[in-house]
Amino acid sequence: MLAFVARRLLQSLLVMLAVALIAFSMFRYVGDPITNLMGQDATPEQRETLRASLGLNDPFVVQYARFVANAARGDFGVSYRQRRPVSELLEERLPATLELSFVSALMALAFGIPMGIYTALKRRGMLSRAFMAISLAGISLPTFLIGILLILFFGVQLRWLPSFGRGDVVAIGGWTTGLLTRSGLAALIMPAITLALFQMTLIMRLVRAEMLEVLQADFIKFARARGLPDRLIHFRHALKNTLVPVITITGLQLGSIIAFSIITETVFQWPGMGLLFIQAVGMVDIPVMAAYLVLIALVFVLINLVVDLLYFAVDPRLRVQRA
Amino acid sequence: MGLVMYTRQTVFAALLAIAAIIPAAHARTLHWAYQGDAQSLDPMALNETFTLGFQATFYEPLAGYDGDLKLVPMLAESWENTEPTKWVFKLRKGVKFHNGEDFTADDVIFSWKRSLTAGSDMKGYGAKASDIRKIDDHTVEVITPTPNPILPREWAYLYIMSKSWSEQNKTTEATNVKGDNQGNYANMHEDGTGPFVVVERQPDVRTRFKRFPGYWNKQIPTNVDEVEFRPITQEATRVAALLSGEMDIVQPVPVQDWQRLDDTKGVKALTGAEARAIFIGMDQARDELLFSDVKGKNPFKDPRVREAVVLAVDTTAINQKIMRGAAKPLGSLIATAINGYDESFGAPIKSDPARAKKLLADAGYPNGFRTTLDCPNDRYVNDEKVCQAVAGMLARIGIKIDLLAQTKSKYFGKILLQAGNQTSMYMLGWTPTSIDAHNALLNLVGCRDAKTAAGQFNLGGYCNKEVDALIDRIGSETDQQKRNAMIKQAFEIVRNEWGYLPLHQQPMSWGVKDNIKVVQRADDVLDLRNVVMP
Repeated sequence: MLAFVARRLLQSLLVMLAVALIAFSMFRYVGDPITNLMGQDATPEQRETLRASLGLNDPFVVQYARFVANAARGDFGVSYRQRRPVSELLEERLPATLELSFVSALMALAFGIPMGIYTALKRRGMLSRAFMAISLAGISLPTFLIGILLILFFGVQLRWLPSFGRGDVVAIGGWTTGLLTRSGLAALIMPAITLALFQMTLIMRLVRAEMLEVLQADFIKFARARGLPDRLIHFRHALKNTLVPVITITGLQLGSIIAFSIITETVFQWPGMGLLFIQAVGMVDIPVMAAYLVLIALVFVLINLVVDLLYFAVDPRLRVQRA
Repeated sequence: MGLVMYTRQTVFAALLAIAAIIPAAHARTLHWAYQGDAQSLDPMALNETFTLGFQATFYEPLAGYDGDLKLVPMLAESWENTEPTKWVFKLRKGVKFHNGEDFTADDVIFSWKRSLTAGSDMKGYGAKASDIRKIDDHTVEVITPTPNPILPREWAYLYIMSKSWSEQNKTTEATNVKGDNQGNYANMHEDGTGPFVVVERQPDVRTRFKRFPGYWNKQIPTNVDEVEFRPITQEATRVAALLSGEMDIVQPVPVQDWQRLDDTKGVKALTGAEARAIFIGMDQARDELLFSDVKGKNPFKDPRVREAVVLAVDTTAINQKIMRGAAKPLGSLIATAINGYDESFGAPIKSDPARAKKLLADAGYPNGFRTTLDCPNDRYVNDEKVCQAVAGMLARIGIKIDLLAQTKSKYFGKILLQAGNQTSMYMLGWTPTSIDAHNALLNLVGCRDAKTAAGQFNLGGYCNKEVDALIDRIGSETDQQKRNAMIKQAFEIVRNEWGYLPLHQQPMSWGVKDNIKVVQRADDVLDLRNVVMP
C-alpha cells in the first residue's frame, strides 16, 4: 500500500514536469507581456531591457528549465501584473477556490445521490419527472448563463444575495474562510449552486442508471426471494454496488470543479485561483499561469490517488487481489 | 378638489423626501467598481491611466488636472519658466503626508530621483529634468536638458512621495516587475498627500480608503468619508452590481446596456467623449504589403489610395449605428480636449464613396485589392464592431478586408514595432499622457527613429521631414501662440496627405446612481475629489 502511494506520488512529479513543459511551449502564443507592463511612453530600449531581464528572449526550453530549477527551491517567481511573489498570490486565492469547490461538491452529492436513488426507485412518479427535467436544464445550460440568471433574479430583482465577491472573511492562521460570517455565507450560495448544478445532474443520472442496472441483477432478485425488506435491498445491497463508478466520477469531477471553476469565479468575481488564472491569461502573466497549471496538475494527480484508495474501501475484491 | 388632492399628496411626498434626506450622522461610503485593479500602489511602477488615476486618490503631483483636464496647482502653488531650460516651482506650504510629516523640497527631489531607478516606468518623465536644485524648503529649480515649454504638464503624473517614509521602509527604488526588490513596501502601501488614505489593500479583491483629515485643500467638493473599491471583471456582473444597489459607481458599462440603465429607476448611464482618439493606420513604409494580394508594390504608398480609404468610411454612420451617437467623429489624431487641438484639422472628414472609387481607379486599382485589418477585441469601446463596419465600408469601393480581431496582448504582440510590426492596416487608440498634442505628433506621426524613440507608435511608418522639423520645434518652443500655430501646421499636413484614417473619440461610459454627483473627466479617470454623495 505504502509503495503504491509512493509510486503514484513519483508519477505525479513527472506529470507536473510534463504539464509545465507543455505550458511553456504554449506561452509565446498567448501574446506579448511587455505591452502590459510598461506605459506607452517607455522607449524601445527600455522595453528591450525589460524583456531581456525577464528572460523572455530565451528559447522556451531555457525558460522552462529556469522555472523548474526555481520551483524546486520553492520559488515560483513574481507576478508581472501584481509585482508580488506568485506563491503569495496562490496562498491567498487557494482557500476561496477550495471552499467553493468543496461546498459545491457536497451540494452535488447531497442532492444528486438521493435524487438519483429516488428517480430509480419511483421511475414514473411526478417528482421523478420533475427531477429529470431539472437535470436536463443542468446539463444543457452553460454555466455562465446559469450564473448570470441567478444574479439577475436573486441579486438584482429580489436583492436577497450579493451579486459578486466573497463577502467578509475571517483569517484563521494562513487560511481565510467565508464560512463563519453572514455575508460570507450569503455570497457563497449562488456561486456554489452554479458550480454544483452540472455535477449534481451528472451524479443523479449516474446513480439512477447504475441503480436501475443493479436492481435487475440476480443477487437482488435473490434477496427479494429471501423476503428481505425493500429498505435493506435498496440501500444496503443495491446502493453499495452502484457506488464504485459514482466515486470515480465524483473524484474526477471534484478535480475539474477545482480546476474549472474559472467561469463561475469570473461571473461572480469570486477571488479564487480560477479568476487569478483568467486575469493572468489576459495580461500574459507567465509566472502565474505556469504555477497555476502545475498546481492544477498536482490536484488532479492527488484526487486520482484518493479515488484509487477509496476503491479499496468500497470494493473488497480489490483488497483480496492486492493481498 | 383635484387640486387639493394633488397638493396634499405633494406635501406628503415632500415630507417623505425630507425624511429621506436627513439621515443620522453616518459615514458616507462610496462603493466603486472598475473592470480591473490598479497594478500597484507604487506611483512609479506603471505609467497607465487607470493605475495613475487610482493613485491620484492618495498621491499628488506638483501640478495636476481638474475636472476639465485643465492644469491646476497641486503641490506646487505656482511655477515659472524663468529661462529656456529652467523652471522654478514654488511649493505649497502646510501640506502633510498621511503619516503627518511635512511636505518639502527634499521630497520633490527624492521623488524625481526615484522615478529614474531601475524598476520605474516613469523614467521618461524623470529624464525631462537634468537636475533639480533646492533653493529653500519650498522652492525648487528644475534644469531641463533642452528648452521645455510644457514641463509642469508632463509631470502631471509624476507623484510626490515622502523621502523619510520611503527611506524608513526601504522603498527608495521603484517596484520592479522582475522582483529584484521583492516585497517592495510601496507596492502595497502608500504615504501620499492626497485626500484619501488607503486603509486596506487586497489586490484584485478590495481596497478601502478613508478620508484624510489633514488634507491641505479644504475646497474640494467631495463629502465622501470612506470608499470601497472593488474590481469586477465581467461586464454583466458589474452592471448587475449597480442595478442591485451594491455599487454606486461602476466603470465601464457596455454601450448596449445604456438603455437598460436609463430605464431603471435610481441609476443612469453617464456618457461623454473620451480624450482618446481612435484611428486606423496604413502601412506606407514597406515596398510591398505583408498581407495583400498586390505584389511588388504597396498601394498605401499612393496618397490617392489613402484618400480613397479615408473617404470610403462614414464616421457619422459608425457613431450612429455602433456607438449610439455617443462617440465624437474626429478628423485628426487628437481629441478636442487635448492642448493644441484646432477645428481646422480636427473636424470630421465627410465621406464620399463615389469619389473614393474614382480615386482608387485612378491609382490603378479599379477592382480594388485585398488586405488584412488588425484589430483588438477587448481594448477599445466596441473595437471589433467598429472594424467590421470599416471593413464593410471599404468593401463598397472594392477594398476587400480580412479582419483579424483578437485579444489585446495578441494584437499588440503582432502590430507593435518591437514585435515586428506585422501589419498592413491596424486600428489604434491614443491619449497623449501629457494631454498635449506634441506627445501624439512625436509618437504617431514622427518619422520612426529607434534612437530617439520618435514614431514609436507610428506603425504605418508615415514620414514627412517637414512635419518632423515642426515636431522638433514644437518640443522646445516656449511661446505658446507660436507653438499652437506649428501644431496646427503639422496636423494639417498629415491631414492633407491622408496619413491616417481618423475615426472618432470613443465614448466613456459609467454607470452611476442618480443621486451621486460626479465629474466625468475626459481621460476616463474618476477623481474622488469631485464625488458628492447625498
